[in-house]
Amino acid sequence: MENLLSIFVKSIFVDNMIFAYFLGMCSYLAVSKKVTTAVGLGAAVIFVLGITVPINYLLENFILKEGALSWLGAEYATVDLSFLGFIMFIAVIAAMVQLVEMIVEKFSPSLYSSLGIFLPLIAVNCSILGGALFMQSRAYENIGEATVFGLGSGVGWFLAIVAIAAIREKIRYSNVPAPLRGLGITFILTGLMGVAFLSFAGIKL
Amino acid sequence: MSTATETVKKEPSEALFSKKRLKLITDPLNDSNPVTVQVLGICSALAITVQLKPSVIMFVGVFFVVVMGNLVVSLLRNVIPNRVRIIAQLVIVAGLVSIVDMTLKAVQYDISKQLSVFVGLIITNCIVMGRLEAFAMGNKPWPSILDGVGNAVGYGVILVIVAFFRELFGSGKLYGFQVIPQSFYEMGYVNNGFMMMPPMALVIVGIIIWVQRARNQKLIEAQE
Repeated sequence: MENLLSIFVKSIFVDNMIFAYFLGMCSYLAVSKKVTTAVGLGAAVIFVLGITVPINYLLENFILKEGALSWLGAEYATVDLSFLGFIMFIAVIAAMVQLVEMIVEKFSPSLYSSLGIFLPLIAVNCSILGGALFMQSRAYENIGEATVFGLGSGVGWFLAIVAIAAIREKIRYSNVPAPLRGLGITFILTGLMGVAFLSFAGIKL
Repeated sequence: MSTATETVKKEPSEALFSKKRLKLITDPLNDSNPVTVQVLGICSALAITVQLKPSVIMFVGVFFVVVMGNLVVSLLRNVIPNRVRIIAQLVIVAGLVSIVDMTLKAVQYDISKQLSVFVGLIITNCIVMGRLEAFAMGNKPWPSILDGVGNAVGYGVILVIVAFFRELFGSGKLYGFQVIPQSFYEMGYVNNGFMMMPPMALVIVGIIIWVQRARNQKLIEAQE
């Protein structure tokens, strides 16, 4: 349990998807003009990361990894399918996003109308594939850890995009030098926020 | 490759490098630079710019994926059904990235370790998907290749500039070679360790955008 909590906090603050690895920057910069839309996209990312990371974990450990197929019988124990990793992960993510979109549309039209336009965008959000690849390289021990890692990364991304959207709403009233307006100042702000997040480094629970 | 040149030979009306086609290459270098103007592909770019060498290798990888992806999608553009085009494009790109990843592991193992997950993240690099979606789906193979070359180089230029400053000020080296002479350190010069931290990459890109827009006034964003 303590271990899970530690992974959760670490993936939110220390290994923050945006401030430490720059993942999902494209949608982070494009959809952070207003707090309400930022909240919508952030919630969709938490949702999709929380689903795809455990699924990709199962895929990695029971199909792709060297020796993972041994549950089929002894003759499969040496099969190594890890070269298919990228294609399988991205196919799972694209399919899951499509599926989640359809399910949400069917069962919760109000959630769909608030998340709807963002869901297709998420298939090409680097933080989702990044979550799967980090899960692979950090070799989590069981599916619980992988799920907690996925959710934590999503929450970290959510916090980051909501914070930058709030700052961008306020900065409209400031006198920013013309060439720096919009994109330039957002980059520098993100850099400064990243510096602040560096102070979380080394925290252990 | 042969198919591409054949298509062009069939249309003698337009030269291989006509003005319009050259513009496909030169435009992304400044006016529509994929990183600083279109804001694409920042995801996997900034984390690997601590040193020049991995940045150059990353650029070669992205160059290969963008150009080949543009070529393949452009050849298949009339066959891919519109509804599943995102998944089809993603699978093509994922295949190409797997080739890059395996080649890198075989040829440059150290660099491949250093780039870690960021090679795989070329798949969701928005430049690749953006070019496939915006250009290759609607254009013939040869212009698509040129467009890919232009955008990959526009991306590479920014990577190299950022890596240049970070490596020079962060560790006093360029491409792994010591440039700042030892006598400087003896006089009390200290490397700026902060340049090695991730946030500085963002600040440097912000400054590049600032300089570029100050020189190229038409890129300045309107007041909201």
